[in-house]
Amino acid sequence: MSVLMLLAAIAVLALAAYLLARQRSLASAGGNPRLLHSLPLYYGWYGALSVLLPALGALVLWLLIQPMVVEHRISTTLPADLVADAAARDLSMADVRRLAGGLDAAVAQGALTEDDARKMGTGTTDLRALLGTVGVALGSDVTPEILGAAQHYRHITSWGAAGKTALVLVLAVAGLFWGVTRAHKDFRARNRVEQVVLGLLMMASLIAVLTTIGIVWSILSETFQFFSIYPYQDFFFSLTWSPNFRGGSDLGIIPLIWGTLYITLVSMIVAVPIGLFAAIYLAEYASRRTRNVVKPLIEVIAGIPTVVFGIFALVTVGPFLRDWFAQPLGFGNSGSSVMTAGIVIGILNVPFISSLSDDIINAVPQSLRDGSYGLGATKSETVKQVILPAALPGIVGAILMAASRAIGETMIVVMGAGAAAKLDLNPFEAMTTMTVKIVGQLTGDTDFAAPETLVAFALASTLFVITLGLNIFALWIVRKYREQYE
Amino acid sequence: MTGAALSPLAPTARPKQSILTAGDDMKRRNAAESRFRIYGLIAIALALTTLAIMLFTIVRDGVSAFHQAQLTFPLELSADVLDPKGNRLRDEMTKVTTVGYAKVLTTAFQAELARKGITQDGVTDKEIAELISKDAPGQLRAMVLADPALVGTTIDATVLAAGRVDGFLKGRVTLESAERDGNVTPDQLRLAEKLRGAGILSSAWNWGFLTNPDASDQRPEAAGLGVALLGSAYMMLLVLVTCVPVGVAASIYLEEFAPKNRWTDAIEVNIANLAAVPSIVFGILGLSVFINFAGLPQSSSIAGGLVISLMILPTIIIATRASIRAVPPSIRDAALGVGASKMQTVFHHVLPLAMPGILTGTILGLATALGETAPLLLIGMVAFVDNYPAVPPEGFLDPATALPVQVYSWASRADPAFIERSNGAIIVLLVFLVIMNVGAILLRRRFERRW
Repeated sequence: MSVLMLLAAIAVLALAAYLLARQRSLASAGGNPRLLHSLPLYYGWYGALSVLLPALGALVLWLLIQPMVVEHRISTTLPADLVADAAARDLSMADVRRLAGGLDAAVAQGALTEDDARKMGTGTTDLRALLGTVGVALGSDVTPEILGAAQHYRHITSWGAAGKTALVLVLAVAGLFWGVTRAHKDFRARNRVEQVVLGLLMMASLIAVLTTIGIVWSILSETFQFFSIYPYQDFFFSLTWSPNFRGGSDLGIIPLIWGTLYITLVSMIVAVPIGLFAAIYLAEYASRRTRNVVKPLIEVIAGIPTVVFGIFALVTVGPFLRDWFAQPLGFGNSGSSVMTAGIVIGILNVPFISSLSDDIINAVPQSLRDGSYGLGATKSETVKQVILPAALPGIVGAILMAASRAIGETMIVVMGAGAAAKLDLNPFEAMTTMTVKIVGQLTGDTDFAAPETLVAFALASTLFVITLGLNIFALWIVRKYREQYE
Repeated sequence: MTGAALSPLAPTARPKQSILTAGDDMKRRNAAESRFRIYGLIAIALALTTLAIMLFTIVRDGVSAFHQAQLTFPLELSADVLDPKGNRLRDEMTKVTTVGYAKVLTTAFQAELARKGITQDGVTDKEIAELISKDAPGQLRAMVLADPALVGTTIDATVLAAGRVDGFLKGRVTLESAERDGNVTPDQLRLAEKLRGAGILSSAWNWGFLTNPDASDQRPEAAGLGVALLGSAYMMLLVLVTCVPVGVAASIYLEEFAPKNRWTDAIEVNIANLAAVPSIVFGILGLSVFINFAGLPQSSSIAGGLVISLMILPTIIIATRASIRAVPPSIRDAALGVGASKMQTVFHHVLPLAMPGILTGTILGLATALGETAPLLLIGMVAFVDNYPAVPPEGFLDPATALPVQVYSWASRADPAFIERSNGAIIVLLVFLVIMNVGAILLRRRFERRW
């Protein structure tokens, strides 16, 4: 029975349990719902849940565990040279699965009988040609070992499918009996149902925690593997980055960190003044009407996908800077450069800084402004000497968060900064960042045993630590230096 | 400095002057004031001008992707070439490859040139064949195989013109640039000009841009967004069914039920930090957990959808919690007062009242999800896919690509014709984003409630 059919069966049983339990509880109260402990629908839900939870739980567990068990059983029957290491085992298991799938297709289309598929050897028929006729193309001729394994595989999976169906259906029916027999007028059905719902809600809130654990686990395990084959001193302190997939690469992170920080610096030089002045103008000078028009317009920038900014850097900003600044001033002739990526990231970060600062400036109480005006200060003097100092912790926090976003930004630097890892001061030179190299090392053909691939995980953990550190630092500053106004 | 204005000692030191006329000091301070104001205006102008320039260049470069040059001429589908055995059996006709169809096309095209009296002027036969898109034989073959009865008839064929000819009509390729271009000669372009005069070459609305799958480097004219749109739609569907229920459930728990203790605090800090993790790190998570560990196929929409779900989960949780918090406590008190349980209060009263806010947050979260690119690159969605994914649920496992990823992969190809495609794809993407955002704003206007 396919998984979809099983799900349908479970759904039907759950519906039956709902109706039966509801019916039974009402009957136990002599048809008078006022005598029931809970509303009739809670008895129904209790019945339905006692079908759904065990059956679905068993189904999910079985679906997760069966492939692992089958894989293990099959790989122990294969000859040792086919499962010498992880890559070879994956390859032979893929062959086995493909052949088993081919046999299934052949049986389904009538090219083979079930009996033949189970017992045939490689000597009697040309399996490759036969499977070709049912639309399954095999890469090579079938060896007896693989055929045997595939037949074994089909055997186990067919038993597995039968076992799964039987277990799930038995659990569902047992749940139905349990739920329906419990339906009695004194049973506290609502409390039980609410407990289950509360448990589900709690599990949902754990997903966020699981995600974090998943992130930390996935980057750390591969990072440790990387450092076991590549010395960490070379990674953190080497000044050259030249990966070479034939081995002997230099994987120093310093040039990448330099590129990342340089681009972040340029982006902050663009974003901080523009964002801050825009926020001050909107909060202190603009009329309500101007504000209502301009503020959403600036926030439009934040809603545009970064890949669009990437194209803008690649097609417009890069060539513009090259033709009008870099070439006339003799700074080189590269379209992708630190300036290109930095300016575009800066623009992307303007709405981030301006809306956060705007909120913070608006949170400064009016009485401080009034006091300053009363002493004869002009508006700009009030802003510079009263409002900004009061809002400073929040603004610094916003700037740090914007810097962390700039460090983690990927698409704009991939398209606008270039791919050459170097230590250079010229801002019109192409440089590269950690994110660019993560994308570069992990796209295309990857070999998860080579340091050239695994280095991406070490880069990702460095990036994760830096951005997380900046964010925590920003929150700490805001919390520590925040003025409390009453 | 304004010390003069603020220091109590200053007035005695100052010369006598009327408060009705501004002194030097006041003039300086007023000048500083207006300068400060102008800085603010300049900042806003800079931000908005850049935005305007960006949108302008994208529309300027991208709008032409929706038009495509095509050649129209009568085409005799000769039975001798396409069905040598003459029995119109599909299986036997598949033996004729696109090379055979290309010959049919070229012959018919040249015949049409001769009929219209257009001289070749030094353009060789091979160069004439190059005016037709390399994709045209394949399309014609698919059409004939779908309807073998066409063989032997003469149809009015409309086929794509080659990418350079298309660029010539759009002004991207000129006679000067053709001098330096290995793929086209000025003579070919002059011939194309004549073809346009004769009505064979024309430019038409290009539905193929929205429906075709991607095409290889050599045939930008045939590349379309079909697979990318399907892939993005599948992923949005997955985000909707996985992320939204989980996010709403988590918010309800944290906002209404969670006890205030260390553990709950840890979850809250965790969610706030997850929102600040760079998107590329989520790509790493997807690669290790969904592809390498769970064994989901690379480039599949299910892997992409799950990664993006995890990524926008914090956004959805933050928006949902804000709108649950906005429901005043008096509603809860009233419900509890008439005997509802805590759970009934939440599900019967608080949640329906918070629904508009949750929906708005969900739509905005989906808009972010739709434009996300970086994590998808790592799980292989940048691969070249020219087969449509199947209908879900199996289709979720098929390789697909996504709208923003297609933008990136076209932008990284050599032929400048793909930059036009890339900008066109951005226009499609932005149209979707505008629709979603306007929808969210309307929803908020219509249902927002002040308590």
